[in-house]
Amino acid sequence: MSGPRVAVIVFPGTWSDRDFLDIAPVVGWDAGPVWHTERDLPAVDAVVLPGGFAHGDYLRTGAIARFSPIMAAVETFVASGGPVLGSCNGFQILCEAGMLPGALLRNDHLEFRCDWQWLRVESPASCPAWLGEAADGQPIRLPISHGEGRFYADNATLMELEATGRVVLRYAEADGRVTPDANPNGSLRGIAGITNARGNVLGLMPHPERAAEAEVGGSDGLAILRSLAAWLDEQPVAAERRL
Amino acid sequence: MQLRPGIADPEGLTIASGLRALGFATVTEVRSGKLLRISFEAGEVDQARALIEAMCRRLLANPVMEIATWEVRADDEPSEEARLA
Repeated sequence: MSGPRVAVIVFPGTWSDRDFLDIAPVVGWDAGPVWHTERDLPAVDAVVLPGGFAHGDYLRTGAIARFSPIMAAVETFVASGGPVLGSCNGFQILCEAGMLPGALLRNDHLEFRCDWQWLRVESPASCPAWLGEAADGQPIRLPISHGEGRFYADNATLMELEATGRVVLRYAEADGRVTPDANPNGSLRGIAGITNARGNVLGLMPHPERAAEAEVGGSDGLAILRSLAAWLDEQPVAAERRL
Repeated sequence: MQLRPGIADPEGLTIASGLRALGFATVTEVRSGKLLRISFEAGEVDQARALIEAMCRRLLANPVMEIATWEVRADDEPSEEARLA
């Protein structure tokens, strides 16, 4: 049986597409790039929106990318329950497109931050396709690399996200404690990753694809990337599609 | 376009402290933003305003975190902007 078929969307200015394609064999994905001007997705089990600076991030991060032709197909895929992962710029694009709530603003210290960052996994059951292999409260260490990662949403949205267990990753200390010092960008409530109401879309600022092999400094990203195959195996419909 | 009131604007804060450090002691707040100058054709001013509003709603501003304000000026109207030579 082959692994999950994954479409990696590439916009002009995307840079983490090659990282995702590079680690695809490591995590058992049958992954291929899809250029942003395409109107249809190939037959896939999941879609990844990688990091970078799509369309130069002009106007706002993700503001132009969300109107790329492929995004209509991504929206249809999401509406059908298909799993979508947006990392870094991909998270920003998903927020601009309204597939996730909130927005990502300029880091509070105005600096671009490129570093290893501890995070705490929360409510993984809210997003089983991408966090099924992670444990509630588990600290994981992933690279971050962004200048605009300050998560913002109005109070009502924040309360709803919290009440429904849709905050799934928070910036934390190595022991999993969420502290102001651990917050690298001023995100409200230390939010690093959220999921949608249906739980099939994960948006996160960190880069799991850059932490899939011990040789690059860590492999905690596997907790996210390997969840997909396990989740798909439990889906009768998906199994049928993969025949 | 600028961030909604109440949303922390670190760029504006930094500029404000720079101005105060230079002796402009009365500066109480700076809000940063982005200015676009858009040229387009419209039959009349009301139509031009409606078009700009539509552009703001569709693309130029993200209502989650931004507000947009605009001003419409015809080609033959003299500019009232003060400017550095």
